[in-house]
Amino acid sequence: MKITLNVWRQSSPQAAGAFVKYDVDGVSADMSMLEMLDVLNDRLESKGEAPIAFDHDCREGICGSCGFMINGVAHGPEKEITVCQTHMRSFKDGDELTLEPWRAMAFPVMRDLMVDRSAFDRIIQAGGYVSVRTGSAPEANATPVMKEHADMAFEAAACIGCGACVAACPNAAAMLFTSAKVSHLGLLPQGAPERDKRALDMVAQMDKEGFGHCTNHGECEAVCPKGISVNFIARMNRDLLKATLRSTR
Amino acid sequence: MTLDGKCPSGPIETAWDTHRFNMKLVNPANRRKYNVLVVGTGLAGAACAATLGELGFNVQAFCYQDSARRAHSIAAQGGINAAKNYQNDGDSVHRLFYDTVKGGDYRSREANVHRLAQISVNIIDQAVAQGVPFAREYGGLLDNRSFGGAQVARTFYARGQTGQQLLLGAYSALSRQVHAGTVKLHTRTEMLDLVVIDGRARGIITRNLATGALESWIGDAVVLATGGYGNVFFLSTNAMGCNVTATYKAYKKGALFANPCYTQIHPTCIPVSGGYQSKLTLMSESLRNDGRVWVPKSAADATKDPSTLPEDQRDYYLERRYPSFGNLVPRDVASRNAKTVCDEGRGVGHEVDGQRRAVYLDFRDAIQRVGKSTIEARYGNLFHMYTKITGENPYESPMRIYPAIHYTMGGLWVDYNLMSNIEGLFVLGEANFSDHGANRLGASALMQGLADGYFVAPPTISDYLARVGWGSKITAEHEGFKAALGETNDRIQKLLNIKGKRPVDSFHRELGNVMWDKCGMSRTKEGLEEALKRIPEIRAEFWENVNVPGENKGVNQSLERAGRVADFLEFGELMCLDALERAESCGGHFREESQTEDGEALRDDVNFCHTAAWEFKGVETAPTLHKEALTFEHVKLTQRSYK
Ligand SMILES: Cc1cc2nc3c(=O)[nH]c(=O)nc-3n(C[C@H](O)[C@H](O)[C@H](O)COP(=O)(O)OP(=O)(O)OC[C@H]3O[C@@H](n4cnc5c(N)ncnc54)[C@H](O)[C@@H]3O)c2cc1C
Ligand code: SF4
Ligand code: FES
Repeated sequence: MKITLNVWRQSSPQAAGAFVKYDVDGVSADMSMLEMLDVLNDRLESKGEAPIAFDHDCREGICGSCGFMINGVAHGPEKEITVCQTHMRSFKDGDELTLEPWRAMAFPVMRDLMVDRSAFDRIIQAGGYVSVRTGSAPEANATPVMKEHADMAFEAAACIGCGACVAACPNAAAMLFTSAKVSHLGLLPQGAPERDKRALDMVAQMDKEGFGHCTNHGECEAVCPKGISVNFIARMNRDLLKATLRSTR
Repeated sequence: MTLDGKCPSGPIETAWDTHRFNMKLVNPANRRKYNVLVVGTGLAGAACAATLGELGFNVQAFCYQDSARRAHSIAAQGGINAAKNYQNDGDSVHRLFYDTVKGGDYRSREANVHRLAQISVNIIDQAVAQGVPFAREYGGLLDNRSFGGAQVARTFYARGQTGQQLLLGAYSALSRQVHAGTVKLHTRTEMLDLVVIDGRARGIITRNLATGALESWIGDAVVLATGGYGNVFFLSTNAMGCNVTATYKAYKKGALFANPCYTQIHPTCIPVSGGYQSKLTLMSESLRNDGRVWVPKSAADATKDPSTLPEDQRDYYLERRYPSFGNLVPRDVASRNAKTVCDEGRGVGHEVDGQRRAVYLDFRDAIQRVGKSTIEARYGNLFHMYTKITGENPYESPMRIYPAIHYTMGGLWVDYNLMSNIEGLFVLGEANFSDHGANRLGASALMQGLADGYFVAPPTISDYLARVGWGSKITAEHEGFKAALGETNDRIQKLLNIKGKRPVDSFHRELGNVMWDKCGMSRTKEGLEEALKRIPEIRAEFWENVNVPGENKGVNQSLERAGRVADFLEFGELMCLDALERAESCGGHFREESQTEDGEALRDDVNFCHTAAWEFKGVETAPTLHKEALTFEHVKLTQRSYK
């Protein structure tokens, strides 16, 4: 098939960007979206032109490196998958696709489709952990965990930190990402002692990074490749309220 | 050079405890005076950096991804072994030790493996305390499954995302130390050289992948936890960025590279669909519990719709050749047989470069026997993944699978303390060679990475630091740093100045094809000799005709890839040489010249019961081979059989 791409090209964080049009022919339906970009990049490289920069690593939908907007939708048209798992059979011959980086104040564009998501790391550093030193852990089966809680904690822990939720949100909020970690640890007995402090600290960091506020659009859940539920946001808000009331700070 | 593994003497059961007692400690007040550089934030690196930080050392941690959470460990699916014996099915530290030595086909060090089995139980405790959501039973206790043909259920898992959950656990511990200020994290930073001064590892040279800046980092010890080199084959189940650069550069600075030819091939991956293919996706081995592997009896039927082929025109070759194990033969046996039938022209599926390289994995009979819903409950997510990638429905037509490179057992040589022959250079996780011998058991890599990172390296690094002290002052102005920085810069400029006609990937693919054909599932003297002639030719053309656009400023992904491919182009030769030298078959290394009458791998314990450790002598000069003899006092050497 032949696909026409409008790709956001921006040579550096400071440079002004613009869309550039590329016609890619010989696209096979079995190619992934990123393999199609590889083919285009090989052609550009052979001509000595700069290839399109995009983050990627595992290409299995688990590392969370990849992600950009395809025709205005984070990770493209298919439900619950990342761009690296999106195959060209989702499109048809002659389609025109617009590829654009995540747009959010807290995710500055570095080059082309690549953005800086280090704000997510700083949110985790603010409290997304259980404070347990290596060697100080009790015997693993000493604390049984209700299966329902363990399963729900797993659902939240499945977040891959890709940032699509932020990109899709009209307010560029990071609520889905943050609430997933707050819920994952808060649901487990191991995470209980720090539950209040964790929610307060992570949300404070989230605000500091310049992410917007949640006004319940639900766009985040719609694009999340791991199907993280907005119910975790409600859960975090409850945690936060309780923590604020209890807070002695 | 004599290779001393420094394994403690005395009973193996208490060796690690005794050894730990004999190690020196650094006074808590002095720990922050030591700088440790940890390269890699996968399971091994993140666990080590976090633990050293907790102890109060000053740690600098590096990874090439944009976040420490994205290391390739994230992709591990199946699970992690530990000798907890929660199932009361006869498991023990000794049994895990025994299985690992035997599984490694008697090419690992007993003392290391025993320690690994011992520590395995602490890893689970640690992970659970961090909040890793392992699968649980209704009573709230941890669940286990049996994995990769093990006779006991000792594998802990978190659905199909065990690696992800364990890595996020280690990443959270690391993040906590970043917050505490003991660890400084440098993401999007690639190590390009090791600095050795007066025989000691004293630092690294890195390139900032966002700006292109080259930097020198000074340390009292350097830890490499940079993962495996499977991407030398271009197509593998590894992440795209996995590379040999860090360990290969250390090799060029004098660290010995051990058993590079030991690679593991996974039999159930989704086959190549076209020349544009960038990586291969693993499908869990558990599929072989119910799927039947076959190809048409006649090559003429390769393109026919499989459902139209009657029973008597199908060849269930694994069931035919291995009546007792059938479709459940070990990974390497299943893989080699798939290659054989495809070599005979009976492969199925897409034709790529004139060949069909896939076999059927058929669930028709299983669906008839137990029903579609049972199969769906067992493998629903895998079938879904298969459909997503191939666009085909495995409930209706058989899956197509083919083997792919999955794991590399070889790595930098280390002693019992995980220190290489270069003083102060520690190597952890898949990057070292230490525990899996010639073949790794399923669910044991995660265990080893975390054992190394949380429990082994922190005390051995402390011991080393206590012995060397912090007195020696070195600055980035030292000749050793200036020279390494200069060389790194020259190499980058050289790559950028070629401006030839071929893209970087085309060389990587070409190398990968040679490696896969000649140094893949089965190897011969002639094939390896051919590869050893061919690789330098590809390398020479690379340095004349590659086109790396742009300059060393800002993000330049072509330059990143070019540097990694340049190293693979040298390393591939070392692998082939090692494979040629090891004229026996063992574990994942199959030399066609060394097989039993039934076509099974035949070890040669008289001539090859050793670790082969290679010393760099120059890019165009043959390396020197050093041997570390292996002795087996606790597990008796036997030949395996699956007939
Ligand atoms: C698809 C798949 C499934 C698997 N499933 C299982 C399983 O079920 N059970 C099991 O036990 N094992 C499994 N394995 C194997 C296991 O996942 C790996 O062996 C293990 O995770 C390796 O961990 P590591 O910490 O050594 O390295 P990695 O996780 O690969 O981390 C390497 C780190 O080094 C960094 N790095 C690399 N090079 C450089 C450089 N030059 N400069 C700076 N940083 C660098 C990277 O950024 C990264 O942080 C699987 C492997 C694959 C491919
Ligand atoms: S919540 Fe979903 S969309 Fe947001 S970072 Fe996590 S996986 Fe990505
Ligand atoms: S590349 Fe890892 S999730 Fe897409």
